[in-house]
Amino acid sequence: MVFFRKKKDMPNGLWISCDGCKNLVYKKTVEESLSVCPECDYHFRIFSRDRLKLLLDEDSFEEYWPDMTPCNPLNFFDRMSYPERVSADRQKSGLKEAAIVGKGSINGYETMIGITDPAFIMGSMGSVVGEKITRITEKAMEQQLPLVIISGSGGGARMQEGIFSLMQMAKTSAAIAKFQKAGGLYISILTDPSLGGVMASFASLADITIAEPKALIGFAGPRVIQETIKRTLPGNFQRAEFLLEHGFLDMIVHRKNMKNEISRLIEYLHVSQ
Amino acid sequence: MEKMALRERSIAELENMMLELEHRIEDLENASLKGESEHGAELQYLREEQEKIQKEIFSKLTPYDIVKLARHPLRPLSTDYIGFIVEDFVELHGDKRFGDDKAMVCGLGKIDQEKVLIVGHRKGKSTKDRIACNFGMPNPEGYRKALLKMKLAEKFHLPIITLIDTPGANPDIGAEERGQAHAIAESIYEMCQLRTPIINIVIGEGGSGGALGIGIGDKFAILEYAYYSVISPEGCAAILWKNGEKAPVAAKSLQLTAKDLLNLGIVDEVIPEPLGAAHKDPGKTAETMKSYLLKYLHQLKTIPTDTLIENRYNRYRNIGKYLEI
Repeated sequence: MVFFRKKKDMPNGLWISCDGCKNLVYKKTVEESLSVCPECDYHFRIFSRDRLKLLLDEDSFEEYWPDMTPCNPLNFFDRMSYPERVSADRQKSGLKEAAIVGKGSINGYETMIGITDPAFIMGSMGSVVGEKITRITEKAMEQQLPLVIISGSGGGARMQEGIFSLMQMAKTSAAIAKFQKAGGLYISILTDPSLGGVMASFASLADITIAEPKALIGFAGPRVIQETIKRTLPGNFQRAEFLLEHGFLDMIVHRKNMKNEISRLIEYLHVSQ
Repeated sequence: MEKMALRERSIAELENMMLELEHRIEDLENASLKGESEHGAELQYLREEQEKIQKEIFSKLTPYDIVKLARHPLRPLSTDYIGFIVEDFVELHGDKRFGDDKAMVCGLGKIDQEKVLIVGHRKGKSTKDRIACNFGMPNPEGYRKALLKMKLAEKFHLPIITLIDTPGANPDIGAEERGQAHAIAESIYEMCQLRTPIINIVIGEGGSGGALGIGIGDKFAILEYAYYSVISPEGCAAILWKNGEKAPVAAKSLQLTAKDLLNLGIVDEVIPEPLGAAHKDPGKTAETMKSYLLKYLHQLKTIPTDTLIENRYNRYRNIGKYLEI
C-alpha cells in the first residue's frame, strides 16, 4: 500500500476544477468528451464499468466470477473493521470488489479483460483481485485469447489482508509468466493512478504497456518519496510522460483512441493457433 | 509469591534486572580472575537467574518487540551468515546495465560441498557501510543485478539461496526514474520460472515488495525473530490509523511474526534462534540455518525440474482467502 494524494470527487455543480490544469471547466463538456479536460487533456478518473463500455464492442462483455467476495483472514480492525470498510466502499462505488474480469470483444477481437478500479479501497489488490486476475490470465491461456488488463490502483496491496495481499503479487506474476511463455499476448493499460504492489507485479509485465496521458504511475507514492527525501519533486514526476521519457512505456494513448489502438496491436501481435 | 510478582513485571523492568545481573556477574568474574576470591556457586546462581529472566522477557514479546529485534543494530546480517556458512565465497558485482548496488550482495559459494549462488539484501555494519548500502534498501539495479546472477545460476545448474533483510525497496526519485516497480516485477516474474531450486530465508526485515523481489522460491523459511509484512507497521499506522504511534497495534494486526506466518501457511518452517535472539550467538544461529539449508538443498535436488517449476507455480497459485457465493 502506498500513500496517495487526496483527490476531489466530481462535485455536483455545473463547473468542475480540473486536477491537471486547475482551470474551471464546464462539467457537461468534460462528460461529453469521455471525461477528458478540454483545456489540458487531463483524463479524469472514470468508473471501471464506463471504461469497459468505451473499450468493448456493445453488449459483448460477459463478466466472470462477479460474486467473489473478500474474507477477513486476519480479523483486521483499524478504525473500522475490514468487513465494514468493504461494505462502505461497496455502497460508495457500486462495485463488489476492486476488480472486474470477463470476456469481451474489441473491434471484433475476442479478448480476456481485467480492470481494477480505484473507487473501491483504492483499487488495492487483496485475495479477490489477485484471484480474479490470475483466473482471467489462465482463461486467456486456455482459450488462446489476448489478455488486456486496465490498472487503476493507488493502493497497490490491500493492507487489511496483510501477507495474503503481498502474495497476490507473486501469484499474478506467476500466472502472467506462464501465459507469456506459452506465447500469449498481454497488453497492460495504466490509468491514473497505478502504484505500489500492482505496478510491481502484473501491471508491469506486459508485452505492450500503454498509459493514459498524465496518469500517475510508480512504485512508491509521491508523498512517501517527498517525506523520505525532503525535496520538491520534479513537475511531471511519475506521470505517464515521465515514464515514457525514461523508457518504461511503449506508448501514451488518448482515451478516445484507446479502443482502436488496442485492436490494431491485437491484429499485429496475436497469433491464434 | 515472589514468582507472581516477577510475572507482572514489564519487559523494561526485566531488562534492567538483566543489566544489573550482568554487571554483578562481570564483577564477580573479574574478582575470580584476579584470584581475590572464589564465587563459583554465586556465579552459577546468577547465571541461572539471568537465563530465567531472559526466557521470561522472550515469552512476553509483542509483535512490535519482534519487529524491533529484527531491526536490532547488532542483528547478524546476510554478510555475517555468508561468512559463517559459505566457504570460498566469490562475490559477483554489477547489473551490467547501470551500476553495482551495494544494497544487494550476490556471489558463488560452497555450503559443505554444495555449490550455490547466494543473493541477499545487504545492510552494512559500520555507519559508513550502512550509508553505502542505503540501509539495505535496493535500487532497481540491485534487483537487476540479483536477477542477472540468478540467470547465471540457472544456466550452470546451481541452486539459489536468497537471504531477505530489507525495510523495503528504495523510495526515491532515481529509483523511480530507473523503474523500481518494473525491476521488482521482472525479478518476481523470472524467479517463478527459473529452472533451478530456490530457497528463501527471511533473516531480519521482510519489507514488502522489496523483500518479495528476491523472495520467490521452492522452500520458504523465516528466522524466529524476523518479520515479513506487506507494509511496515509504521506506514500502516500512518495510513489506516492516521497516527504513526499506533505502530505496535498495526504490527499486531498485520500478523507479521514468524509464528503468525507459519500459522497462516505462508512459510514452511521457522528457524529457531538462540535465547536472546540471533545477535546473542550468531554462530549458533548460522549453524541451525546451515543444517536447514543442507537438508533442503539435498531434497530439492531430487525433484525433476518440470515438477519443481509446477510445484512452485502451485505454491503461489493457492495463496489467498476469498468466498464464492
